[in-house]
Amino acid sequence: MIGWIDTIIQGVLLGGLYALFAIGLSLIFGIMRLVNLAHGDLIILAAFVILAVVTSFGVNLLVALVIAGAIMFVFGFALQYVVLNRALGRDILPPLLVTFGLSIIIQNGLLEAFSADSQRIAAGAVETASIRIGQGLAVGVLPLMTFLTAVAVIFALNALFYWSALGRAFRATSDDPEVAQLMGIDNRRIFAVAMGIALVVATIAALYLGIRANFDPAIGPGRLIYAFEAVIIGGLGSLWGTLAGGVILGVAQTVGAHIDPEWQILAGHIAFLIILIVRPRGLFPRAVD
Amino acid sequence: MEKSRYRIETATDASRYVAIAGIALLVLLVLTPFIASRGLVQSLIFVFYMLALAQLWNLLAGYAGLVSVGQQAFVGLGGYMLFALTVYGGVDALLAIVLAGVIAFLFAFPTALVVFRLRGAYFAIGTWVVAEVYRLSFAQVKPLGGGTGTSLPVSVTNTVFGIDFLRDLFGVRTALARDMVMYWTALALAVGTVLAVYFILRSRRGLALSAIRDSEVAAESVGVDGFRAKLWVYTVTAGVTGMVGALIYLQTARISPDAAFTVLDWTAYVIFIVVIGGIGTIEGPIVGVIIFYLLQTYLADFGTWYLILLGVLGIVIMLFAPKGIWGYVAARYNLVLFPLQRRLVKNPEE
Amino acid sequence: MSLLETRELTAHYRDLQALFSVNTRLEEGDTLAIIGSNGAGKSTFLKAVTGLLHGTPWSVVFDGKPIGALSAAEIMRLGIALVPEGRRLFPSLTVEENLQVGNYGRSGSGHWNLDTVFSLFPRLKERRIQASTTLSGGEQQMVAIGRALMSNPRVLLCDEISLGLAPIIIRDIYQALPKIKAAGTSVVIVEQDIQQAMKVADRLYCFHKGRISLAGSPAAFTRDEIHAAYFGT
Repeated sequence: MIGWIDTIIQGVLLGGLYALFAIGLSLIFGIMRLVNLAHGDLIILAAFVILAVVTSFGVNLLVALVIAGAIMFVFGFALQYVVLNRALGRDILPPLLVTFGLSIIIQNGLLEAFSADSQRIAAGAVETASIRIGQGLAVGVLPLMTFLTAVAVIFALNALFYWSALGRAFRATSDDPEVAQLMGIDNRRIFAVAMGIALVVATIAALYLGIRANFDPAIGPGRLIYAFEAVIIGGLGSLWGTLAGGVILGVAQTVGAHIDPEWQILAGHIAFLIILIVRPRGLFPRAVD
Repeated sequence: MEKSRYRIETATDASRYVAIAGIALLVLLVLTPFIASRGLVQSLIFVFYMLALAQLWNLLAGYAGLVSVGQQAFVGLGGYMLFALTVYGGVDALLAIVLAGVIAFLFAFPTALVVFRLRGAYFAIGTWVVAEVYRLSFAQVKPLGGGTGTSLPVSVTNTVFGIDFLRDLFGVRTALARDMVMYWTALALAVGTVLAVYFILRSRRGLALSAIRDSEVAAESVGVDGFRAKLWVYTVTAGVTGMVGALIYLQTARISPDAAFTVLDWTAYVIFIVVIGGIGTIEGPIVGVIIFYLLQTYLADFGTWYLILLGVLGIVIMLFAPKGIWGYVAARYNLVLFPLQRRLVKNPEE
Repeated sequence: MSLLETRELTAHYRDLQALFSVNTRLEEGDTLAIIGSNGAGKSTFLKAVTGLLHGTPWSVVFDGKPIGALSAAEIMRLGIALVPEGRRLFPSLTVEENLQVGNYGRSGSGHWNLDTVFSLFPRLKERRIQASTTLSGGEQQMVAIGRALMSNPRVLLCDEISLGLAPIIIRDIYQALPKIKAAGTSVVIVEQDIQQAMKVADRLYCFHKGRISLAGSPAAFTRDEIHAAYFGT
């Protein structure tokens, strides 16, 4: 019994990581209707940037996160402004194929720069620390921090969206890009800022991913799939829904792993497919789509 | 009944010449194993099956608007079914190719039921997830090699229908006879796929697909059943893709989940071919596969840089020449080799 | 020098020409009415002026400067605001947020802010935190006008603000126009409803099939002349 409770707790906290993966994807789709097939690879890119900053400057992880976040924001802004804005339009093919090409480029660029070796971000004692919550149950500090960070990020983004002029501009552009221009909102700049923010969140996700597990240039697409599954399970349009989706995915995976370790990933996919069949719009979809 | 004053025509003068040239080319290709080196024959087999995959992906994405990045599911499924049928079913390999196609066709129905719930880019990722499910599932099937895969025994590869016949007829070694059988099968598949796609698009179904691609709502308002049309395209494409997969793995004689269901070989390269050549045309993938073959032959040694180049090329073409190289040339010189546009032509007065 | 001019303005939609060398003038402080039937080119005209359609730089001149090739966001920041046809409020935003987003690109120095807009249209104040989609047609039109005013524009363009509204509501909305004029904004009204437009206009243009068929002061024309220009007979 304890085993099952432990499994579920682990799954919920894993959901926090998946939610962090998914938030950027959800944001970009909500604002500019772009599904970025390179999203997973961008998370891995961010992880390598953090690693590079730590090894080059020897700073602690928090400082490295801020520096890496700034770098990724600028990169995202430029990427959107120069390349992706050109691909946006009525046709669905260009953004899909351009981001697909981007995915290939990032994976191979990372391979070239860092080799295919597995990497890890060292974080000292926090990697294995745990908190006892009575009756033989222990919760890992790192997974707990990951989950709480996901919650904090969602609060922060919702605050941005609903309490700031920039947030209003995001929502207006998402509703009606043409009329938004009439309000003096420059679509190209807004999209670029949104992509920058999405990559900052991706950097935060990358930090937790890199501490928790090994990463290498090839695992990007796998992260994209988890992010995507979390968004679809949760339902388009709601960040809290995305968190819920991540949690459900995480629990499905840990339960699957509990039964047989080889089934972890497959269990997640199957849960996703079942929910897709039964509730195509997700569990908590927004009314307007 | 009164004879209509108008009829619909698609052939153009250029296309008639092209048809003649095409037949000549086909004859040349059929005779190739007798005149070319083994290396060239192997290369052409590769070109043929990539062309088939490209035409199929183009039909799905360029015409039906179903952008899938998960066709590798059916390539791998076809490959595994070939292994299962030949090794455990004792079925001759060529027949197994056809059966693998049928099995892939059947599997596509439940697959479609799931992925059709998604639209646009989410549909794309959904197909990728399904391919992953196939991969992870086959990795659990121990009789077919599990996670590490398995090889085709010589007893299967050397007894493919036609090998004995050719060996006796032309007095060649088994290996060469085997190559010839593979080659002609691949050629048949490639040509068959190109012609099948062409005739589908010329048919009423093709017209319906174009209508759906342009505007599903408008198409439905004139009686086109969008769901059925898309289901038909998806499942038929999956079936033929399965056949190609079976052929590929008969040729390779070794299969593993990671190789059979890889995104790079069976989706990334295929998409590149279609995009570079020209999406939404039949000529495009033909041009694309030739370019890809040249790039692959001369640059593949550069490994990661080669792939980065492909990615950059793909992006540049998509942004600045979205109709691909053929699209650009065709627009400039007003060329059409596989005419699809229907023209209203007046019948001559009686 | 006029505040806003179009010079030989032409516009195309793909192969279709929608405007043929249109010349118009708006003097500062005036209220200009543009009338014409459906498809006459009125909305195209507004799109060209507001930058949703791009043209040659000198085809539209604002305060002596060429703006024909500028983007919509840039033109808005210079002080030209549009109340779009069909209102087109932002469904995800509340009434108050719709108004607030109106001055994202430019807040301008002038009379209009959240408080003064609410006093212009008192009915909106009680609905300020409601989703904009829950309002009646007339109230939505008020929000759309208020949203455009929030940037303190020098020119306010109103595209078919009476469309789909009951006559009594239309009267309410048109009563706001003198106050807008008094606060210093020059107004262009595009209407299918000739009566209302002519009551408030200092000058009048009639469009027909992409060309100007009538220009001048409303009082100078008889009903028959306007009728003929409107329908092109």
